[in-house]
Amino acid sequence: MEVAKLTDVTRIYKVGQVETRALNGINLTIESGEFTSLVGPSGSGKTTLLQLIGCLDQPTSGSVVINGKETTGLNRNQRADLRKGTIGFVFQFFALIPTLTAYENVEMPLLLNGKSAAERRRRVMELLEAVGMADRANNRPDQLSGGQQQRVAVARALATNPKLILADEPTANLDTENGEQVMEIMKKLNRETGTTFVFATHDPRVIKYANRVVTLQDGVIVKDAPGNGKS
Amino acid sequence: MINYFKLAYRNLGRHRRRSFLSGLALALGTALLMFIAAFFQGEMRSAMESTLRLNSGHLQVRDADYDPDKLSVAWDYLVENPMQIAAQIQTLDVVQTATPRLFASGIVSVRDESVGVQIIGIDPASPANDPYRTLTAGEFLTADDREGILIGYPLAQSLRLSVGDTLTLLVNTADGSVDQQPFTVRGIFTTGTTAYDKGIVFLPLAKAQAFSGAGDRASIIFVLLKDREQAEAVAAAISSPNYQVKTWRELNQLLVLVNDFSDAYLVVINLIILGVTVTVIVNTLLMSVFERTREIGILSAIGMKGHQIITLFLAEAFLLAAGGVTAGTLIGWAASAYFGKVGIYFGDLGLSADMLLEDRIYTVLTFDAAVNLIITAFVITLLASLYPARMASRMEPVEALHSAQ
Repeated sequence: MEVAKLTDVTRIYKVGQVETRALNGINLTIESGEFTSLVGPSGSGKTTLLQLIGCLDQPTSGSVVINGKETTGLNRNQRADLRKGTIGFVFQFFALIPTLTAYENVEMPLLLNGKSAAERRRRVMELLEAVGMADRANNRPDQLSGGQQQRVAVARALATNPKLILADEPTANLDTENGEQVMEIMKKLNRETGTTFVFATHDPRVIKYANRVVTLQDGVIVKDAPGNGKS
Repeated sequence: MINYFKLAYRNLGRHRRRSFLSGLALALGTALLMFIAAFFQGEMRSAMESTLRLNSGHLQVRDADYDPDKLSVAWDYLVENPMQIAAQIQTLDVVQTATPRLFASGIVSVRDESVGVQIIGIDPASPANDPYRTLTAGEFLTADDREGILIGYPLAQSLRLSVGDTLTLLVNTADGSVDQQPFTVRGIFTTGTTAYDKGIVFLPLAKAQAFSGAGDRASIIFVLLKDREQAEAVAAAISSPNYQVKTWRELNQLLVLVNDFSDAYLVVINLIILGVTVTVIVNTLLMSVFERTREIGILSAIGMKGHQIITLFLAEAFLLAAGGVTAGTLIGWAASAYFGKVGIYFGDLGLSADMLLEDRIYTVLTFDAAVNLIITAFVITLLASLYPARMASRMEPVEALHSAQ
């Protein structure tokens, strides 16, 4: 089943009189259960592509269908609605809300989805267990290491059982050990829950886990090949 | 449901000093608003009370030709049978007291110093004279006193007069000539209103009438009502072709005008203070929005909608407003209560009898004024916070996430 389907997608940024073509005629289909890496040098369009799949941005032209729903033309609130039920994000920086505890950070998407208190509690603890952070549930982000914060961010991305998790350079700010740990957790969740993961990265530690590697250069897909990651 | 207040409380706690200073600005603004409202109220109340009780009364019965500026005691200008008219008016239920008074112009001389004064002949027994009964020395007048005079404290000070001293009083009489006679200072009064006390001397009515040649006539019947709002009705009830009846509104047009305008002044002052205060709050929230751009991007990315982001920031403004306005109300109330007891000393403001002010103004914070200000400060703070809140809600998640990376 297709989780995301991009057809002839172009994204042009205009700053003053200067136009930058970040993506140019991208055609890409992500199937359910994939563990895909978008790779390429800086400025190749990886992050832009990830943001379009995540409905954080809209294409200049072309069509983006997420979970069977056309997203081009949706307003800000409709896109927010689509995101909160379907897509989870893990960012390069440890994107936790600093005033909330690990528990509350993971709980936030569930609150936004209107889940009951009992269901939230069960789900949050289950996810914190899964990423090995249950014992730090009541810590705030500034009391956690980078690796721990990123694990909480993964748990938060998974909170609403999204079809698709998008991760932008998830290991960029982590040391080897923590980076491996985070990737192991994501791979395990991919295997056990069937959640689709798409990464933008140029970190070989990430790429080695991928079962599909899409290579971008100057805004176009130059290579789309199976990866070495075990399913 | 998301507990916005919990989030807001924690967000305010991130920059405790800044939040505290913003709350303090709102507190001081609110306190200042309350204090100014209390001061205006006290000032207008003092002006009304002083002017009405000391000078004009609620109603005055005068001869049809009477001219208050001349202080003439020519018979043509005076009310005949004033005792009888006063007694008739006194029979009305709504009337607190009615008493004849005679006004004449005169000069007090002591040694080689002279001061122009207004001589008022009063019936010493009338309760209308209560405001003059506060004496710094000596005794009040009695009806049959033929040589005694009551003078104000500032006049006694400037002429260095004490109880028992003798002064010479010169009066313009009914036939247009002048007469003079020595009087003994029986007492020195103070009404707390220097502007009034420095230019008034009292004689018993009978003595004033005899001295000035006014016969048994009086300049006015001074009437105090139980409720001053009844003035027009009573004026209509006692009207007669033989005399004119003036209400306190007609007698104090300047004061009534100032009183009416005082609300407008207050609104302008309130808007200025609130404007400054609210700018501080908006500035705080704007800084907060800019600092938390990335965070707003994250919340938006995980599905928080625009109205929820607005609510989050409004909750912060609400907490700031709640804290600031509560503290401000307490400070404002305490200051108003304190100065309502001890007063604020202004001294002689040099105002005319058209608008008398006590030397000390006592603040009066009414419940209505306090509630209005609390609600206004609260609502305006929240309304002003809509701008930064909307700004936050309109951030595109991509731009919000990028800007802080």
